[in-house]
Amino acid sequence: MSGSRLPTGGRIDWRRPMAFTFNGVRYAGFEGDTLASALLANGVDVIARGIDTDRPRGIMSAGAEESNAFVDVQWPDGWSEPMLRATQVELVDGLAARGERGRGRLAVEPSQARFEKRYSHCDVLVIGGGPAGLMAALVAGRSGARVMLVDEHRELGGALLGTRYVIDNAPATDWVVGVTTELSAAPEVRILIRSTAVAYHDHQYVLVTEHRPAPGIEGRLWHIRAGQVVLATGAHERPIVFADNDRPGIMLASAARTYVNRYAVRAGTHAVLFLTNDSGLSAARDLADAGVEIAAIVDTRQGRVVTGTVGGDRIEGAIVDGRVIACDLLAVSGGWNPAVHLFSQSRGTLRYDQRLAAYVPDRAFQATHVAGAAAGSLGLGDCLREGAASGARAAAAAGFGDGSVPHLPTVEAETDATGSVHPVWVVPSETDSWDTHFVDLARDATVADLRRAADAGLQSIEHIKRFTTIGTASDQGKASWMNASAISAALMGVPDGSIGLPTFRPPYTPMSFALLAGRDRGVLHDPVRTTSIHPWHVAHGAIFEDVGQWKRPRCFPRDGESTAQAVLRECTAARTGVAVMDVSTLGKIDLQGPDTGELLNRVYTNAFAKLPVGSCRYGVMCRLDGMMFDDGVTSRLADDRFLMTTTTGNAAAVFDWLDEWLQTEWPELRVRATSVTEQWATIAVVGPRSCDVLRALAPSLSVDAAAFPFMTWRAADVAGVAARVFRISFSGELAYEINVPTWYGQAVWEAVIAAGAPFAITPYGTDALHVLRAEKGYPIIGQETDGSVTPQDLGMDWVVSKTKRFLGSRSHRRSDTARPDRRQLVSLLAVDPDDLVPEGAQLVLDPDQPVPMRMIGHVTSSYRSAALGRTFALALVKGGRGLIGQTVYAPLIDRTIAATIASPVLYDPENRRRDG
Amino acid sequence: MLLITCPWCGPRDETEFKYGGQAGVSCPAEPEAVDDAEWGRFLFVRDNPRGPFAERWVHSAGCRRWFTVVRDTVTHDFLPEAR
Repeated sequence: MSGSRLPTGGRIDWRRPMAFTFNGVRYAGFEGDTLASALLANGVDVIARGIDTDRPRGIMSAGAEESNAFVDVQWPDGWSEPMLRATQVELVDGLAARGERGRGRLAVEPSQARFEKRYSHCDVLVIGGGPAGLMAALVAGRSGARVMLVDEHRELGGALLGTRYVIDNAPATDWVVGVTTELSAAPEVRILIRSTAVAYHDHQYVLVTEHRPAPGIEGRLWHIRAGQVVLATGAHERPIVFADNDRPGIMLASAARTYVNRYAVRAGTHAVLFLTNDSGLSAARDLADAGVEIAAIVDTRQGRVVTGTVGGDRIEGAIVDGRVIACDLLAVSGGWNPAVHLFSQSRGTLRYDQRLAAYVPDRAFQATHVAGAAAGSLGLGDCLREGAASGARAAAAAGFGDGSVPHLPTVEAETDATGSVHPVWVVPSETDSWDTHFVDLARDATVADLRRAADAGLQSIEHIKRFTTIGTASDQGKASWMNASAISAALMGVPDGSIGLPTFRPPYTPMSFALLAGRDRGVLHDPVRTTSIHPWHVAHGAIFEDVGQWKRPRCFPRDGESTAQAVLRECTAARTGVAVMDVSTLGKIDLQGPDTGELLNRVYTNAFAKLPVGSCRYGVMCRLDGMMFDDGVTSRLADDRFLMTTTTGNAAAVFDWLDEWLQTEWPELRVRATSVTEQWATIAVVGPRSCDVLRALAPSLSVDAAAFPFMTWRAADVAGVAARVFRISFSGELAYEINVPTWYGQAVWEAVIAAGAPFAITPYGTDALHVLRAEKGYPIIGQETDGSVTPQDLGMDWVVSKTKRFLGSRSHRRSDTARPDRRQLVSLLAVDPDDLVPEGAQLVLDPDQPVPMRMIGHVTSSYRSAALGRTFALALVKGGRGLIGQTVYAPLIDRTIAATIASPVLYDPENRRRDG
Repeated sequence: MLLITCPWCGPRDETEFKYGGQAGVSCPAEPEAVDDAEWGRFLFVRDNPRGPFAERWVHSAGCRRWFTVVRDTVTHDFLPEAR
């Protein structure tokens, strides 16, 4: 209990107290507090515990570099977030937080919180709203350029909020107010506060996470394409590594200073300062002015160091020269690391700066300008000057202004320069132990780990990072990488700055998956496509499956019926009576132009150019490698017009394929392709009584097989609607596919149902469709094929022309494609006719051979058949056509199924049924 | 995400495009006349340079036109001699 609230001051709103809980205990804070400042004000010392050591941990920073105070937060609106940094959690009334032990707990219930995305462009994106960024935005904004200014805090000002600088002879915060007012009024300037630029990708693409942009919106993810980027991201103070450097009460000097100046919070009552540069002295002055007793200033430039600490849940003393100096706050300044994260992400290179003992930006890779502390210029005057210069330069590069810099505000001489830095990376302890010299507090990784890495011979900082886990926690090493790099260099006996830093990767600070998803969740995740007949399916109890984005009925179970029973009933209706299916989802491409026949000749394995008008033909397409790509029936509507159908899932891919060849390789072909999938509703009427139904619906149409033969189509009025009727069949039965404009789909479907009622017409779904086609040995693209199967493998040599050239024809003569022991399509009949071999099961000839067994194939489809009165399967088996009659085995986890190999066509191999 | 300039629509995000691989790979004029090794090279083997690379893209979520650009595979700069 050492932290306390000052009686006045700071930038908190004293009139707006806020209640919150931490680990179940009620506390009070003010608007403008962070959770960290409010906890310090309430004297809470221990926030979290070390992930491995369980040692107590307090608050070590006042910003994004925090690697101790991780908390789970429950917001008042019910949305909860794990693994937040208490230093960056803005206090709200009713907030409930819990400290963590190194890892967070995800909420169990899906969040209803709303997240959004925005896409934006600007001429100049300024990242960071401190003195450099404000100056850059001001100058760029005055040029007329479209400017976006992004800052992670709740108000602009950056380091000016936590210090007591003077600009133009007035408090710097007055200057901030003036600049903010001007920027807010500028029409082409947009200011995003509570917003963190987390990623800087190729081609100036920057991601910004905005926290609580508006009431009811938890977060907004900005995708910004910026003409020019000004990085004014500041610098992070770094800790010094010494024994027991992790106790609550040990914090960065700049953080202790920020807590008194910005939040009116004393982090302790008597402090020891341990510093390597002048900025720590400024912190000591501000602390002393706030009533903190300065017990000692230990300056490495005078050859003095802190070798260790004493205490329990709070530091009680610092060990200096072998003596314990009592204190409840040890404020440390090891120097400053420019926040080069985004610069490095954007592929800019870094160089080691001896004066700062830190890595600074060297060569930019993109249109990037770095200003102020991010560039290694820590003094306030330098920040303002570089901000103005980079703002002017960026605007000019974007085509605005002449790049000249306006009059700069005045600052006190040498405000807060660091002076000389005498880096001390690690202080040996008196006992020669390294186990409590913490380098990465979030990972509980120590100098002992770095010594093990060195002993193991690791030299690359990337290897050292992974071996020690330093910098792999959610803070990504903001406070640990520089120390780890320098200590490793010393262990290896190489100069400071010679082994570099690990690769910086997005995001700069963690972001939630909910924010990444935005509103693309649930039904909005992907479009849902339904046919015009879909409402009827819903009303009649269909069970649906997803086929791509389409919803298709699997089956229509009746009351008390299982899905398996429904499928058998639907199959029986199609084989013995009449059944009806909505096949509107099949891809349909209208091809027009005098060279359409030639195009089809080139893309299909079989010939189409001479197909007569009024006829239909089944075709197979291959990729250039000869592997099956798609299949379907294409019909000639006129001399120069064909209607191609594709599989449901491949409709877009086939359309793209045709488009690609027409544009790139065959521009001489006069063909236009138009997707008409959604323009036509298609109703398949299937079964021996289908002709009776069609006769009733289309009195003008001669439906007998002689007048309307298999694989032809007719234009006819069906239920009073102009339709195309195709005599094609995917079941082997007499069947008609009625195509009507989509608007008439449900009306004609209902007319079919009515006309079929005397014949007990039965709606069926994709499950029955699969069984019916498999009984005939018809493959389904993507089920029997997987991109490594040729038409010949499926026994479909009959559909492959031996005379013409087509896409894939040369590949069919490659030695690998033509070898006789390729996997070939066969059917399997389990020895037990009730046994269903699982799809995907691997097949072997000898089930007793030792593991790993020699596999000769796999099951692609497996069903119960009403027509066969038993189960059956389709499989791809090595040299399968030569193994017909032999027994194969499917070894499963708990049993082995024996099955006999048979021809893939198990039902009506003579095709007697297709004419009814 | 790359910013790709479609010759017809102007600069658009990469997500509007599909990649078409190396440009200028020509099919042997007489496929039947080449041996399996040469045909296999045409089917499967592509350059993978560090530096300028002529490649095909299609503006699939836009005008749907195919075009060829030269991209530096190191810098992602699109070089001018494209089209």
